[in-house]
Amino acid sequence: MSSPNDNLKTIPIYAQDTDEYSVGNIRSLLVEIATLLDKLAVSGETGMIDLNSLPLAPGEHEQLRHMLGQGEVTAHIEAIGPSEIIETRYPGVWWVTHYNVEGDIVADTLEITTIPEIIKSQADDINTGLELLQDQISDEVQP
Amino acid sequence: MNQHDTLGERLAQQGISRRAFLKFCTAMASMMALPPGAATAIAEALIKAKRPSVIWLSFQECTGCTESLTRSHTPTLENLIFDMISLDYHHTLQAASGFGAEKSREDAMQEFFGKYLLVVDGAIPLHKDGVYSTIAGRTNLDLLQEASKGAAAIIAVGTCATFGGIPNAKPNPTGAVAVSDIIKDKPIVNISGCPPIPAVITGVLAHYLTFGALPELDDLGRPRSYYGETIHDRCYRRPFYDQGKFAKSFDDEGARNGWCLFELGCKGPTTHNSCATTKWNGKTSFPIESGHGCLGCSEPNFWDAGSFYTPLSAPTVDMTKVVAGAAVAGAGVAAALSVADRAKKRRAQQSHEKLTTKDL
Repeated sequence: MSSPNDNLKTIPIYAQDTDEYSVGNIRSLLVEIATLLDKLAVSGETGMIDLNSLPLAPGEHEQLRHMLGQGEVTAHIEAIGPSEIIETRYPGVWWVTHYNVEGDIVADTLEITTIPEIIKSQADDINTGLELLQDQISDEVQP
Repeated sequence: MNQHDTLGERLAQQGISRRAFLKFCTAMASMMALPPGAATAIAEALIKAKRPSVIWLSFQECTGCTESLTRSHTPTLENLIFDMISLDYHHTLQAASGFGAEKSREDAMQEFFGKYLLVVDGAIPLHKDGVYSTIAGRTNLDLLQEASKGAAAIIAVGTCATFGGIPNAKPNPTGAVAVSDIIKDKPIVNISGCPPIPAVITGVLAHYLTFGALPELDDLGRPRSYYGETIHDRCYRRPFYDQGKFAKSFDDEGARNGWCLFELGCKGPTTHNSCATTKWNGKTSFPIESGHGCLGCSEPNFWDAGSFYTPLSAPTVDMTKVVAGAAVAGAGVAAALSVADRAKKRRAQQSHEKLTTKDL
């Protein structure tokens, strides 16, 4: 049975024309991204912008998406709900969106870094995985 | 399994990876209004955190605050209740009823004396010895005083518990007051709003769990990270206010263009809350984005603070009485009432008449 939310998703939503409705947040945001990217290029210092904490006007999120575009790398993580990691057309600027199991966005950040932390294997997980692998090897040698 | 073991142990038992936990902490940092880079530090602290016992008491209220919490999208309620806190008593959500339910409250109060968090939603009636609202034959006043004795801190949720809210509105027939009017010897966090933003409720609980302390509060006891700025200052329509572009009625050209709702009575400039960024219903929207001004529901006495549709700059008192008084008192008072002020009031009344049946 389809949920009422599925029906809502069938309603087409269009972003308003940039010229028609602009309060100027996107330009300020692009300047901030450029400043952080310059820091990354010069000193290697990473940066992050929490999009959830910004008062974006309706349609501005889509405008930003359009302006940053999509670059060479896309990654998908499945960990208590999906996560989507996209390198924008500006190398070093990553758009990281985390969803919960219900499909709601729980974090939406721009990361200015060479690789987002969430993609890296975590030390604890490596150790757990190593134990599992060793268990499997010892199972194989003792039939 | 000890129900109050550390969060790290519980996550490990459930096979939750460290990466998944890091993701969860990124969501928590955003929710707690901390810098996004704080996720790693939060993860380190949370992994060692012990789940606090939480006793939730509901008094003179409409259950809207609990409805708000159970619709919290970040993190899911299941995460919150089963992983982050041990909710030992909540008479709407718990399965137990009758004597068993009251016993679980008493047991938690005894076992975690001095350590549990007491969450209160709803105002407390004082008239006629508090008989206007009782649970299991005991008054709200009695239950609050008893439960607050062993509480490490009290979290007042919703405008009724924080400022008296609608039960306290004129003529306040039950003598309803806020938690802070009764309890004076415990730290109290006021999470105001009618209802409060769900992420703010969970954010304050997460902050206590992560740092073992309450967040920094403003002069009304509200956490600064959520109530530090006004709706107006964070509103996406603010640039229109600065440009002098205002909607004059709810169906004019300005309203259609999404201009500022100040002249239609928006209380954004005097209301401290984070609706403009946190938004509602999974970040779908908030009142101003839906075309209606802010009601100011997270401020004290919002229900009695004049019409929701009167612009803030317009005087709310009866002008004829003030002018008559000024004539007696002298020119000093009269000078305060400029011609512009009267013009503003006329404008306010004109726009108001279209919108409501009668000014209160």
